[in-house]
Parts: sequence; structure tokens; C-alpha cells
Amino acid sequence: MAYLSGKNMVAAYDQSVPILNDCTIEAKKGELAVIVGPNGAGKSTAMKVLLGMLKASSGSITLEGRDISKLSVQKRISLGLAFVPQTDNVFPTMTVQENLEMGAFLRNDDISQTLEEVYDLFPILYDRKNQLVGQLSGGQRQQAAFGRAMMTKPTIMLLDEPTAGVAPKVMDEIFGNILNLKKSGRAVLMVEQNARQALEIADKGFVLVSGCNEHTGTGKELLANPEVRRSFLGG
Amino acid sequence: MPELTDILNSIVLLLNFVFVPALAYGSQLALGALAVTLVYAILRFANFAQGDTMAFSTVITILLTWLLQKWGITLGFIPTALLALPLAIVATLIYILLTDKFVYAYYRKQNSKPITVVMASVGVMFVTGGLVRFILGPTHHVFADGARFIITAGEFKSMTGLSEGLAIKTSQFLTITIAVLLVGFVFYFLQKTKTGKAMRAYADNQDLALLSGIDPNRIVRVTWVLVAILSTIAGVLYGLDKGFMANAYHQMLLPMFAAVIVGGIGSPMGAIVGGFVISFSELILTYAYKKFLIYLLPEVWQPDGLVQFLGTEYKFAVSFVILVIVLLLRPTGIFKGKVI
Repeated sequence: MAYLSGKNMVAAYDQSVPILNDCTIEAKKGELAVIVGPNGAGKSTAMKVLLGMLKASSGSITLEGRDISKLSVQKRISLGLAFVPQTDNVFPTMTVQENLEMGAFLRNDDISQTLEEVYDLFPILYDRKNQLVGQLSGGQRQQAAFGRAMMTKPTIMLLDEPTAGVAPKVMDEIFGNILNLKKSGRAVLMVEQNARQALEIADKGFVLVSGCNEHTGTGKELLANPEVRRSFLGG
Repeated sequence: MPELTDILNSIVLLLNFVFVPALAYGSQLALGALAVTLVYAILRFANFAQGDTMAFSTVITILLTWLLQKWGITLGFIPTALLALPLAIVATLIYILLTDKFVYAYYRKQNSKPITVVMASVGVMFVTGGLVRFILGPTHHVFADGARFIITAGEFKSMTGLSEGLAIKTSQFLTITIAVLLVGFVFYFLQKTKTGKAMRAYADNQDLALLSGIDPNRIVRVTWVLVAILSTIAGVLYGLDKGFMANAYHQMLLPMFAAVIVGGIGSPMGAIVGGFVISFSELILTYAYKKFLIYLLPEVWQPDGLVQFLGTEYKFAVSFVILVIVLLLRPTGIFKGKVI
């Protein structure tokens, strides 16, 4: 049974042509699900709909079987969803520590343990905790963004192209971090441009084309699928 | 060489006619500019209604002061208006929240362009200005009571034996003290409290703030609370210092905007520094230095004219010129704010 599930979602910006057409995305706890596809396929839009930043005109969205499609973004966040946007995913004029505190904004309990966990996972953030995030390098910023999202103690993390525009070495590091997130028992759902690498580590893959599920399967199945290889992975 | 007493006299002269008034006027501007910059950072529009909002809160304070005086309640040597402040802040907040509910909330929901909201705020400015004149008229009202001076020029002269006096008005002393406390409070609030940090986060990256679970409506309300506190206190302090006149408040908009832009739009520290840059420039350029030079120069060099760079009626030109210079040379302002 899927932990987070968006079934047959249809969505459009400003009543125009729908970006999502009957699109289904699911993620399980302890698994990494990846959405790949060409530009404009609706990958990020699918994520926005799951988060509630864009309303679906039809379809269902459930978290642990509970319908969350009518809930606001904040409410969904408080239920355990966390999102790391592709760009603008930090508060640049605030310190690393303040960024993490803002991630935990909805929590009223003691956050020191979660802070410690984040600092253990990203030691560089501990060294830079009083620095403004705007002054960090791209990779460090991405870690701060992950850290911020982890502060709500989420059960599912949605990552929008976490490796966009970072150096290959940093990319491996980020994929390593993502696998750690998965190992900690969370569900992870990510949109990724680097389809091959993403599918290699993915438990489940969704190939979207113009807002529809073109192919669905485990990462290995999709990598082995000749059609997927030809159209999306360059042979 | 001028004698030591002449030098001291010239310094006291400048302190009395330039430094102390500029410090008080700068504090009043800084508080108003802080309100403008907060609205810009959080609500993303330049609030043209700021000056008239300050006039509105001062009108409420004056009415309450009159009521208190009628009941015979005063604060001794401190102006009664301070006693009326808390209630005036509440009244101003209610007025601001009503304008938000009936004007700005609509444009926020529509995600309107900032210029559209600015035009709406011009409308709020005219309505508020009209309301203010409807209640108290366009005339000059003095509502400061209590002791007028902390130190009079005469007392200072007899204390020091100098021929120039340094007078410190109660209103000036209160302005500077209250401004320091209030600015300290606002900075503490923004830097240290959870709500303050959330406000900064919201100003920094609105979408991510929403994703972190920060409630935008609450942020907007808290911003208006700060604006009500700052506007009321700035307006009342200005009124105690110079008397109340609706038009003077309306005209304060230009120096306040100039202060915000000079300091860096959206930067609270910039608004404070900008306020003092404007006030000191205004007073330094419009002061007549004749007497000052008479103290310092040998008799043959002493000036016949007033030695005034600009007549006081041109003081608004000072704000304008500083504004133009800053926009040409450093559009982000002193503290690297946003570029318009």
C-alpha cells in the first residue's frame, strides 16, 4: 500500500490547457520513487499538486489512505510532507541555524535533537551554522535546503531536481544523502533530470510524457525497457 | 585665533540649533521609515498612506489627551499624550486592519503587481487625510503639556557661563529616548523571536516560508501591529515636538521615503540610518551659519549675510536631491536593499 498516492490527477494553471492529464504518482515508506520525463512533461507540476500548491481539478490524493486533496499546504506539511524546491530553497539573508529553525516553524516541541541529526548528516552546516546561507556554495546551500526540510521530522520528502546545476562530485554526494533519507525509513519522491543515475538508485520510477504516465515500474525495469532507453536515456 | 570660550560657544550653538533638533527629527523620521520599510519587505508595496496614517493616530491621541485633561488626569511634567498612546495604538491598529481587510487583502489575493497596490495605498492616503481634516481640520494644534524644557537655554548659560545656551525640550528628550527603546524592541523582535524570524523568512522567500508552514495572514497582521505601534509613536512624538498640522504629516512622506531608499529598501537598519542622514542633511543645509562664523572668524572676515545654503522653505528639496544622488550612484542604498 502506497504511503503517499496521487491517483488520476488532472491539473492546469489558470484554467488553460491541463499540464497533468490523468497522472498517477505513488511513494512508499523506505523507498525512493523518481519522476523522470522530458521538459514540460509536468514532473514538477505533479509534485506541486501533491503538495497542494496547485489544486487538482480531478483525481485523488491520499496520505496513509486519508484524503488530503482539500487540505492547505501548511496542513499537509504538518502531516509529514516536506518539500525541497529546485530553486530558491533557502532563506539567503538568514543564518544556517535560522534556516533550520524556520523549517521547524510548525513544531512546538524541543527541536534540539532534530537539529543534531541534521548537523550529524551535514557536518559542514554545523561549522557554518552562524553564517548567512546566501554566502554558502551551491552544494552547501543544497544541504541547508535538505536540512530545512528535515526539521519537520517529515515522513515523506519531495525533492524537485535536487542535483540541478551542481558539480558531478556534489551530485554523487547529494544522491548519497537521498539514499540516507530513504534508509531512515522515510518515503522519498524526487523529480530528476539525470534520469539514468536517478533510475539506478530508484525503487520505483514514473516516466511522464505530456502529463500522462508513459511508463511505470521499478528503476531496474525502466532501465531495461528498450523504449524508455531509446526515448529518454539516449539508447 | 578665536578664544576657547568662542569655540565652545560655536559648538553649543551648533548643538542647540542643528544637532539636537536633527537627532529628534531624525528619530521621528526613522520610526516612520521603519514602518515603510517593514511594509515594503513583507507586503511588497511602498505605503503612500504612511504619513497620513501617522496623522490619523496623532488625531486620536489628541482627542484622548483632551479627554484626559478634561478629567484632570495628567502626567506631571511628562506630556499627557503619552498616557493616551496605548489606546491610540489600538485605535490606529483597528483602522489599519480595516484598510487591509477592505483594500489591500483583495489585491494580495489577486496577486496584483506592486504598482497596483501602491496606487491603492494612494487612495488610502487621500481617504485617511480627508478623515484627519474632517476631525481636526487643517489648522495647527499644540497638544504638548507638562514641562516644556528639560534644560532651558537660560539654565544652561548660568550653569556653564557661556553666552550660548543649549536648550533641550522635553519632547526632544522623549523622542530620542523612546525611539532608542522602540528601535531596540523592533530589532530584538525581528532577530530573536520566532514570529520575528518568521517575518524575516517571509520577506526573504515567500514561497519557502509558506512551505515551512508560516501562516502569511498572521505575518501580515503582525506587520500591521508593528506599523501601528511605530506610526502612532512617530506621529505623536513629531506632534509633541512641532505641533500637529495635517499637511505637515502628509509632507513627511517624502523624507520618510527618501530615508528608506537611502538606507536600502526593505532593510530595517537602513531605515534608521537613512532617517538620520535625511534629518542631518536638512538641518545642516538650511541652518544660517552667520553667528557660528562670527564666533570663529576674525572681525574682518565676519560675514554680512546669513551664510545659509538653502532657505528652510527648500528643506524638501534636500530629500529630493539626496534621493536622486542615491538612485544614481548606489540604487541599493547604504545597506544593500532591493532595487526598485
